[in-house]
Amino acid sequence: MKIESVYFDEEHHLFRETLRAFVEKELKPHADEWEQAGMFPNELFRAFGKLGYLGLRFPVEYGGQGLDYWYTVVLCEELVRCQSLGVGVGLLVQSEMATSVINKYGTPEQKREFLAPAIAGEKIAALGITEPGHGSNVANLRTTARRDGDDWVINGSKTFISNGTRANFITLAARTGGEGARGVSLILVPTDAKGFSVGRALKKMGTHSSDIAELFFQDVRVPVSNLVGEPGRGFAYVMELFQGERLVLASFANGIMQALWEEALNYGRAREVFGLPIVGHQAWRHRLADLLTQMEAARQLTYFACDRLNRTASAQKEVSMAKLYACELVKRVAETVLQLHGGYGYMEEYPVCRFYRDVAAFGIGAGTSEIMREIIAKEAIG
Amino acid sequence: MPYNIVALLKRVPDTESKITLRDNAVVTEGLNFVLDPYGEYGLEKALQLVEQHGGKVTAVLCGPADAKETIRKALAVGADDAVHLSDPAFEGGDAAATARVLAAALKQIPFDLIWSGKQAVDQDNAQVPERVAELLDLPHVNSVIEFTLAADGKTARCVREVDGERDVMTTTLPAIFTAQQGLGELRYPSLKGIMGAKKKPITDWNAAALGLDVAAVGAAGAKFQVIQLEPPPARPPGKIIPGDAQTAAQELARLLHEESKII
Repeated sequence: MKIESVYFDEEHHLFRETLRAFVEKELKPHADEWEQAGMFPNELFRAFGKLGYLGLRFPVEYGGQGLDYWYTVVLCEELVRCQSLGVGVGLLVQSEMATSVINKYGTPEQKREFLAPAIAGEKIAALGITEPGHGSNVANLRTTARRDGDDWVINGSKTFISNGTRANFITLAARTGGEGARGVSLILVPTDAKGFSVGRALKKMGTHSSDIAELFFQDVRVPVSNLVGEPGRGFAYVMELFQGERLVLASFANGIMQALWEEALNYGRAREVFGLPIVGHQAWRHRLADLLTQMEAARQLTYFACDRLNRTASAQKEVSMAKLYACELVKRVAETVLQLHGGYGYMEEYPVCRFYRDVAAFGIGAGTSEIMREIIAKEAIG
Repeated sequence: MPYNIVALLKRVPDTESKITLRDNAVVTEGLNFVLDPYGEYGLEKALQLVEQHGGKVTAVLCGPADAKETIRKALAVGADDAVHLSDPAFEGGDAAATARVLAAALKQIPFDLIWSGKQAVDQDNAQVPERVAELLDLPHVNSVIEFTLAADGKTARCVREVDGERDVMTTTLPAIFTAQQGLGELRYPSLKGIMGAKKKPITDWNAAALGLDVAAVGAAGAKFQVIQLEPPPARPPGKIIPGDAQTAAQELARLLHEESKII
């Protein structure tokens, strides 16, 4: 279970070992229950906060651990093994996607009010970017924040928001200026503000233990001091901080592929067809050899992107490549491992069935595969 | 009042590892090692007592040079410092030889009480802590599942599970206690603990540092000889008893009685 890499030292290994035991004993036994409930319990945020897992990269001063991206990578690879992907999604939205911008550009007051309680698991965070009419085209979003005295007055709606039904605050992208990317700002919106409402929890194909929701803003007032960084820089911040989010998705994919590989071997060794275990047939041996080769390539590409992100803080192309490759590959791996299981793979009692549904979103969330290709092409070709 | 507590630990192969044998010994290359789970219960109790009463926990482990990584797991969980008893001369010892090494070390470490696992999951000897107690002339209570210190800190009350009964024992301190599974809830090391483990001191002692005669320890001092070591035989396949419920139940009862002699 030790994943050897030049990037990992004894602390990373011990962190992984601890996580693996925690996931196996404390999370996995509840996976079915949480999938059926459509949500994992709020207490998990607090439990993870206590273990220090919600502030891996954040400064010690706000309760974080002050570590680099490698710990996030290990966390993501191990969390997905609980077989309830929503847990990983919910916790990483909390610890990376909705909060990294506050860490990087927030004021000390914002960090005390929003970042520190998120790290402790006392406040639940969500990131509000996608809108009913605008997904990948962030520069064109329609939710507005109009300045009125000492307040922003927010109007509009968001959709597909993870942690949306229970967040205490939203890191919200809204238009404070004119058309286009330069009119977008990020504002912290407490969900107890008047005029904020949550629509229905959306029913989705997979990731059943993750609550994703529509959010509505009707004349919601928040103080002007809740603006993160500079006005009109929201789009740039989002693009910069999506790197962490995409690294998370690539690492989820790598973790799931590892779990699927183990499922394939377990089943393929035990199940005999035509007098041989499935993995004894050359047709499967070669297919599995190809998969393992590509899985290793995905993992090493992700590690390469992580190393670059750690050292330079700007690794748009590398992170996009890792996200594109790992998140497309995981769909093929899930499909192949399901096929290896035959009819049993189509049954809910085998983990591959759930993984197959969950990974269908991997080419969509955190920037679609098409957007990844655009970024790579723009950086490499111009 | 604060207590100095020693936790005796052992490094064992991860119970999920695939064990291979060569020359009547377990092949250690490529094995993943963990702290012995029973020892972890003892360590957990030691940590709880120190949290409650103050003091410090010293982890003591006898094992080869590369056992440091396993020792640091104990430090990550919360032990304050550690002693690593390591010498090529210690290797290949039996329970008696290893107990001599531990007893010699414990003469140099101040302690009020000692925790250990009731046995280690690799060889299941269940002898070392008891032998250490004899060598140090200390009382010992094994397989403890409940433990309370008296208010004056001079005695301890232990509960053991014996054949479905509860056996209550009281002893004066200092003493050696061995932990049964369920003595406490094991904690996970926090990230802070993991990151801080390398900064905690580990003292290394070899045979010379302990003034031990190398002929009395390790393989040279072992009275116990392994004649042959082999993996357990493969489990025979399961049996399906055909027929309706009544016939099948009768046949099952007969087999349990006559073949496996369970009833």
